[in-house]
Amino acid sequence: MPVKYVVLIYSNQATWEALPGAERDRVLGIHNRMIKELTESGELLRVDGLAHPSSTKTVRIRDGATVVTDGPFGEAKEQLAGVWAVECDSIERAIEIGAPVAEYDTVEIRQLMDLSGLEM
Amino acid sequence: VTSPQPIEDLLHELAPQVLGALTRRNGRFDACEDAVQEALLAAAVQWPDQGIPENPRGWLITVAGRRLTDELRAETARRRREDTATSLAPLEDLRAPAADLDQPSDQDDTLTLLFLCCHPALSPASQIALTLRAVGGLTTIQIATAFLVPEATMAQRISRAKQSIRTAGAKFSLPPENERAERLRVVLHVLYLIFNEGYTATSGPNLQRTELTGEAIRLARDLRRLLPDDGEVAGLLALMLLTDARRPARSRPDGSLVPLAEQDRGRWHAESIREGVAIVTETLSRSRLGPYQLQAAIAAVHDEAARAEDTDWPQIVALYEMLARIAPNPMVTLNQAVAVAMVHGPQAGLDLLATLDADERMAGHHRLHAVRAHLQEMAGDVAAARASYRTAARGTTSLPEQRYLEGRAARLTGGSDSA
Repeated sequence: MPVKYVVLIYSNQATWEALPGAERDRVLGIHNRMIKELTESGELLRVDGLAHPSSTKTVRIRDGATVVTDGPFGEAKEQLAGVWAVECDSIERAIEIGAPVAEYDTVEIRQLMDLSGLEM
Repeated sequence: VTSPQPIEDLLHELAPQVLGALTRRNGRFDACEDAVQEALLAAAVQWPDQGIPENPRGWLITVAGRRLTDELRAETARRRREDTATSLAPLEDLRAPAADLDQPSDQDDTLTLLFLCCHPALSPASQIALTLRAVGGLTTIQIATAFLVPEATMAQRISRAKQSIRTAGAKFSLPPENERAERLRVVLHVLYLIFNEGYTATSGPNLQRTELTGEAIRLARDLRRLLPDDGEVAGLLALMLLTDARRPARSRPDGSLVPLAEQDRGRWHAESIREGVAIVTETLSRSRLGPYQLQAAIAAVHDEAARAEDTDWPQIVALYEMLARIAPNPMVTLNQAVAVAMVHGPQAGLDLLATLDADERMAGHHRLHAVRAHLQEMAGDVAAARASYRTAARGTTSLPEQRYLEGRAARLTGGSDSA
């Protein structure tokens, strides 16, 4: 039975900004081709691109006070840039889905929990 | 105004008949299936206001026939535009249904449809979706909601499934005699998967999901009517009834799981148990033994115990031994280990579990760790049990199972979660 995964695409802004236009177009073309393929195969649940990390707000409650800071959590160079939710037959297939867009980005594949369960 | 439930039931019942009649005449299963779906949607909108027509089956065939004609005309026009040189056969007008279309067929089309929708060329997910739509008469959005995916995703899957059937060259006819047994095995598995999707859903907000058990039971009943002498068809129906009977007690209103031994048996559905026991008793006495019958027999032994401590565990051990002989499978061994532990003590169960450590299919599976944890707890090995519960909790992708397993681990530390 198919399993739900999220494909988390982490991107390094500096790497992207340094890419020549034609190369950037080629990689974006791969994104679009994958999304089309996943739509047609009935594996895509939803796809989201995230706005630039500079617009991020990070929220914490510390000592009872809500603290909001500008910018992403942590100092990592790679920031979450896109999220695909897919449903496919195996982890091998999920890796196959994520791999083509991992040329410059880092792709993390996480299985989703579900509410179904069997009593033991 | 007619109330919606009888209309929905009627539509579900008529869906495969209408689709069968149309496909038998036209041959184009994919186009007919779309047309019938549209006719069902039209009926669901119109009938509650205008009342059920005198001949509902004829109404659906006429409406679906019209849609089909429109679609095929449009397709012909498209093709003509693309290739004007090709001469096309004149299109048969289906606007007025012929007399033979209006009669139920001698051989029930439902069986043919089940075999077609459960075609081996399709993935289980596609088989399930197509079966629910074409045989069950469910709408795409109902199926999508039950499986927690967007409607567009489910629509695409159904359309791909029909495309695969076409590519495989499958015809609207019963499979040849020599393939029948194997193909029936696939159909039974698909119904079993539909049932499980509904059964394992905890009492959350998604009611459509739990309704899948009812849908699977209905389809299994249909199949038994068509194949009354098949022991495994009867066995599967009995297994569903005997399992579903425990559903009211298997989870709490907050969705947390209640293990079998702790369930309030007064909440079990007595009528389903009576029916399931009657079916399995009758079929075991006259059919060739099969895995569904044995699993149903095991479920029956559990269901017949008024209290958990009244369970006839030696009988269950004997049934699991038979099951392990005719259908060896690591999941069977897992359940067998629990039964063995209840009869011969936890160490005997743990010894049996140890045989699974080398099994690649089970290596690291959370249920193996969960069962081991229970048996270790039974044996009084608290530290090992707690570690196994924790390992199992990390391995499951089910939130209710995780919560249950973490709860068991925490209980072994006297509630304080120090590890």
